[in-house]
Amino acid sequence: MSLLDVQAVDSFYDDLQALFSVNVTVDEGTVVAIIGANGSGKSTLLRVIAGLQPARSGQVRYDGVPLANLPAHERVARGIALVPEGRRIFPSLSVLENLKVGAYRRRPGPWTLDRVVDLFPLLRPLLARNAAVLSGGEQQALAIGRALMGNPRLLLLDEVSLGLAPTIVRQLYAGLPAIVSAGTTILLVEQSIDQALAAASGMYCLLEGRVALAGPPAGLTRDAISAAYFGI
Amino acid sequence: MTGQAASPATPRQASRRQGLSWQVVAGLPTLVILLSVPAWRSSGDQQLLTQLLTLLALAEVWNLLAGFGGLISIGLQAFIGLGAYGLYVASDLVGLEPVVALPLVTVVIGGAALVSALFVFRLSGGYFAVGTWVVAEVVRLIVSNISAVGAGTGVSIQSLAQFGPAGRISLTYWLAVVVGAGSVALVGAVMRSRLGLALRATRDGEVAAAILGVDVFRTKLIVYVLAAAVSAAAGAVIYMSLLRIQPNAAFSVDWTARMIFVVMIGGLGSVEGPILGTVIYVAMHQWLGDFDTAYLILLGAIAIGFTIASPGGLWGLLARLIPPLRRRHFNVDLSAVGPAQTEAIK
Amino acid sequence: MDWLNALLQGTLLGGYYALLATGLSLVFGVMRLVNLANGDLAVLAAYVALVVVRATGINPFLAILPVIVVLALAGYLLQRLILNRTVERGPLPPLIVTFGLAVIIQNALLVVFTANSQGLDAGAIENASIDLGNGLAVGLYPVLTLLVAVVTLGGLSLFLGRTRLGRALRAASDDREAASMVGIDNDHLYGVAMAIAMGTLALAGIFLGIRTTFAPSDGPVSLIFAFETVILGGLGSLWGTLVGGIVLGVAQAFGNQVNPAFQLLAGHLVFLAILLFRPQGLFPRAGVRQV
Repeated sequence: MSLLDVQAVDSFYDDLQALFSVNVTVDEGTVVAIIGANGSGKSTLLRVIAGLQPARSGQVRYDGVPLANLPAHERVARGIALVPEGRRIFPSLSVLENLKVGAYRRRPGPWTLDRVVDLFPLLRPLLARNAAVLSGGEQQALAIGRALMGNPRLLLLDEVSLGLAPTIVRQLYAGLPAIVSAGTTILLVEQSIDQALAAASGMYCLLEGRVALAGPPAGLTRDAISAAYFGI
Repeated sequence: MTGQAASPATPRQASRRQGLSWQVVAGLPTLVILLSVPAWRSSGDQQLLTQLLTLLALAEVWNLLAGFGGLISIGLQAFIGLGAYGLYVASDLVGLEPVVALPLVTVVIGGAALVSALFVFRLSGGYFAVGTWVVAEVVRLIVSNISAVGAGTGVSIQSLAQFGPAGRISLTYWLAVVVGAGSVALVGAVMRSRLGLALRATRDGEVAAAILGVDVFRTKLIVYVLAAAVSAAAGAVIYMSLLRIQPNAAFSVDWTARMIFVVMIGGLGSVEGPILGTVIYVAMHQWLGDFDTAYLILLGAIAIGFTIASPGGLWGLLARLIPPLRRRHFNVDLSAVGPAQTEAIK
Repeated sequence: MDWLNALLQGTLLGGYYALLATGLSLVFGVMRLVNLANGDLAVLAAYVALVVVRATGINPFLAILPVIVVLALAGYLLQRLILNRTVERGPLPPLIVTFGLAVIIQNALLVVFTANSQGLDAGAIENASIDLGNGLAVGLYPVLTLLVAVVTLGGLSLFLGRTRLGRALRAASDDREAASMVGIDNDHLYGVAMAIAMGTLALAGIFLGIRTTFAPSDGPVSLIFAFETVILGGLGSLWGTLVGGIVLGVAQAFGNQVNPAFQLLAGHLVFLAILLFRPQGLFPRAGVRQV
């Protein structure tokens, strides 16, 4: 049975429809990538799964159970964590406090402060620092680390690479296998295709709120992906 | 202005002009009837209507500040009290005719609002609200220490005695009609002007309004001064009716409580809402009598209920049920925010 | 010597103002809500203490604990049932609701307790004083008030800085939605913040009741003192609240020294002057969002 089952989800911003009957399935222990151009509905889909944005119709099933109107904070307690677009770290808290607040729900699991800092060693010298002064890459590492502190079963990553230098992006992506092997499933969203497809075993391409292409990246040609991505 | 009139009317302008004429059609006969009231109703009825019309003026300008401008004041009582004392000074101490004193006081107190603005505009949101209250307290304390106006015990307006009891009540009533109807016309005119557009843009986002070229500070300042001037005029007329001015009553925050309740019950952000709210307020007051404490508890609870359940008040509910009452030009032009909305959806 | 005495008394009075302002400051800091019922809730607390004292005959100081519990519970319910429906909708709805609440509390107290002044009798401590020599003396009770204010602010500071719940409150203050992404239930958390704020108001109300007589109409002026204290100290700064209270207290004491009629006016004028020349307050918290 799959860990996450998004079934025929429609979602709206006021009168503007952002998602049209989207279906996505994620099996436990895998990395699945959702790619798509700017405005294709990727972030909206993650927000719907995280409970920050309502689905007008369709449903999100997690671990076999429909989440219905479960609020975001309760989804965190059940093991769904979102690393949001723009990182959204808490600027008035220190790095250490940001990590500690990530464990607010006290969900049991493998991730501890030490393990998170081992995964992203660049955070170690920064622990006492105010989080607002970190660089973009450091903030992204902190945002992922904060989500891991909640010991999620499903980790949603929204545009980890956005605005970051390639070296730091490689560093962050290098951490993903360790996260999966610790028992966390990953659903990630990216605009830049290469990094995402290299890490993922499953892929969905969104175009204007609809799934334009789905399947394992290995089985898809470069041309098919570009066609779905750009809608040509 | 002349250039605009010469150019062919766009549909938007035409609909506005149509809306204006609709209001004039309804408003003019109402005004004529109101002005003729002293000829066929008792002094008691005139005093009741004086109370209603002055409250309407206060509610209209509070709504102008809060509903259209997002400036929440709980200190307009400063200008009500100053209007009352100003009238006493101009008519009783200086010796001006009350009819001359009223416009003079309105203008002078409106100007005095600039001094208050110097302080309160350094605060925003909820703290602006309390800041206006502090200014009203300061004015009350200062006036309470001036012996020329009776210090803490207050003064009585004598200059209206020349008109006799019935004449005084009618004169006061006519001035109340001018202030009440004038406030409705003023708020309606402001909302149709460029200032009104700038005001709504400011309420919906100061930074965005500034980017669009709106002088945010100037816009807020103008409506603040207008609201102060109308409050002063209303205060002067209220005390032409009550005659006895005491600082604790004239500068009481209860005035603002009434304005807020009237607007929240009638409908925030529409010109019609305060009219509806004022009529309901006065009707309830007549019905429940002068049992002020229980009355205020009830009003407070109703206002809280409306704020939570229907922020547009009764008028908003009516407008939802009866589509022709909906006024498109009070809504934000959605085409302007379209691209930003799309941008947010990724 | 009179001026030195005024400085001393004003400083002690500042402790009371800080106590009154702590709840206002905390609630604004966490959820950007300006509680216009702050003053009336303090007066309500004094009346709750009065009822407890009358019913049991205990010393008002012993009533502190039950009154804190009652007000904190009421605060939690108030937030969950009413205020949470307003906080995400711009500055107007919470202001209207708390203003309506202030009017309701004030008039309800008037109906139940009449407009007559009441007092809480704490016994000998009210008149006890400490002689400092040179003709200077301070009342034991004002000193106690200041100490309680310091302990309250210190305790709150430790709570916000060192505990899991305190961290969550600061996180929610930074970014409400991001807080929900780490599993924080904002509705509950706001309830907790209001409960704590009402607890401090319970303290302020009891100290008000012992310090002087009180009447239902005392709420607005208490709100204004609390507000001036918060702005003087700098928004969002807990220890600034103490300094703000002391500045206000000293300004009033100096005004009183000149002429008793100027006591309140002097406080307001100092507040307005600081607003004009240093609108960010005396000790603004670095990095706090501008309001």
